[in-house]
Amino acid sequence: MQMARKAEKAGKPKTERLKRKTRDFHRISPLWNVIFNLIAGLFAAACVFPFIFVVIISFTDESVLASEGYRIIPSKWSLEAYRYIFESGDTLLRAYGVTIAVTLIGTAVSLVMIALYAYAISRKNFRYRRFFSIFAILTMLFNGGMIPTYMVVAQLLGLKNSIWALILPLAMNAFYIMILRTFYSTSVPDALVESGKIDGAGEFRIFLKIIVPLSLPGLATIGLFSTLGYWNDWFNALLYIDNPNLVPLQSMLMRIESSMQFIQQNSANSNISMAALGSLPQDTARMAMVVLATLPIIFAYPFFQRYFVQGLTVGAVKE
Amino acid sequence: MGTFFKNLYRNKALLFMVLPGAIWFFFFSYLPLAGTVVAFKEYRFNRDGFWASIARSEWVGWDNFKFLFSTSDAYTITRNTLLYNLAFIVLGLIFSVLMAIILSELVNRKLSKLYQTGMFLPYFLSWVIVGYFVFSFLSMDRGLLNQILGWFGMDPIQWYSEAKYWPYIMVIVNLWKSIGYSSVVYLAAILGIDKSLYEAAMIDGANKWQQIRNITLPLLTPIMTIMTLLAVGKIFYADFGLFYQVPRDSGTLYAVTNVIDTYVYRGLMTTGEIGMSAAAGLYQSVVGFALVMISNYVVRRMDKDSALF
Repeated sequence: MQMARKAEKAGKPKTERLKRKTRDFHRISPLWNVIFNLIAGLFAAACVFPFIFVVIISFTDESVLASEGYRIIPSKWSLEAYRYIFESGDTLLRAYGVTIAVTLIGTAVSLVMIALYAYAISRKNFRYRRFFSIFAILTMLFNGGMIPTYMVVAQLLGLKNSIWALILPLAMNAFYIMILRTFYSTSVPDALVESGKIDGAGEFRIFLKIIVPLSLPGLATIGLFSTLGYWNDWFNALLYIDNPNLVPLQSMLMRIESSMQFIQQNSANSNISMAALGSLPQDTARMAMVVLATLPIIFAYPFFQRYFVQGLTVGAVKE
Repeated sequence: MGTFFKNLYRNKALLFMVLPGAIWFFFFSYLPLAGTVVAFKEYRFNRDGFWASIARSEWVGWDNFKFLFSTSDAYTITRNTLLYNLAFIVLGLIFSVLMAIILSELVNRKLSKLYQTGMFLPYFLSWVIVGYFVFSFLSMDRGLLNQILGWFGMDPIQWYSEAKYWPYIMVIVNLWKSIGYSSVVYLAAILGIDKSLYEAAMIDGANKWQQIRNITLPLLTPIMTIMTLLAVGKIFYADFGLFYQVPRDSGTLYAVTNVIDTYVYRGLMTTGEIGMSAAAGLYQSVVGFALVMISNYVVRRMDKDSALF
């Protein structure tokens, strides 16, 4: 009854309404469908809009920014910001290089370590299986905190201003180990490992020839998680990196920002601060850097999204 | 003893496999745990390295904690951490379940997929990038929000120095970034519900709303409860990026944006009050540990498979 009224409101002709009545139970009424589409569509648009807005700002002519601010449709467009970046682009290029190197090495290192660890503790005949499972799980419960970790990484391991300070702190994660362990134990039958053993293969050989090919989807998911983690990391650079040659992309964006603020806040001597401000990239150029830092993620995005959703369901077996 | 070595030898290949990871856990998880003793010391950096710095710093007992809790900071950072996380948990749950139901009910599946793709995007961006996004809206002289205020003849607002707006801004930004992700989690759960339940309901004449209320929501309750409890277990830990990047480290906003994590960071890197911030860190670790244990215990009682351990 309610459904019928709704359909009427939505302006459906009576005959069609009657015809559709049986199907109404499967679906929400057309009016609600419109409302739901609006809600979801507007929220999705709101999620994407800031990126598009920043792209627009990066293509705005710097001269009109001062008078009209950031506009959705600026009165004058310009490619100046990108030209500026590519001409004086040493810093950006180097930051890109650092980020790419860290992401590639980091993902490889962490995948190997996580995959091996997870595989060993998934094997029922591993005598120390329980010990090493607990050894990993315990790390999810407590957290030494930022200061002791800083002391270990910077002082004990001496990683300050080393590229490894950007790689190692993110290399392991007990949570990923648990996801992957579940994946192994549900998707790799024990009998396969046994048959490999009977054929005389060693543990590493079994792992490489049988386990890895079978668990590729799981490994891909973990690999993507960690790629994203490395690409987006700025926190470790904030703590451990002072050397401007080792600053990754995200951290570089942050530094430009804080030096801008520093100059603006300490601009008692306006001549000096004007000169200093002039040496920093202007608004449009900074927004262009944001765009360039985000672009790889936008391109890899459809790929990411598929595996992330898959990863959620991989985790859901145990999680 | 002989059997011990024999066992080691027999498991040597698998032991080799866990070795790199185990070493990592030792250095990056267990050793920092031992390092928390600096909370009970007056920390003095020693150039002989890590062990010397710890060993040669003087014991001061509970002094660091006494100082910490005698300032108003301890109250502020605890309150901010707890209240923000509470708001994130409650509002996040409501909006993401609503969004998941909406996405699952849309007639056009292609559009639904398109919306999901849009919503998921912020999850993949770093807080640095999000900080720039927020700035393009909130910049005093150029931001979009002040322009919109201008259309209505209102005065521009100095967003980055007016503390009263920030609780809302933080909640909105956090929801904006996280809802897409969590609604996809709930959506996966909804799509996993046995279709025959809905068919049976339809035969009994239940309309879509009744189906949502009596089938979808009850069947989502377990995963809702578990996700919430796990979040409650982490309620003492704030998202450092959100609270550090989005307000642009603006000092006038500290009253409403300083959380335990940012406080500890500033103690380490800017104010140099290592002892006090180590005390705050340990306070966070201990309470955080208790909360994780309690929430995990409750989850375990409800559904053994969903517990963390």
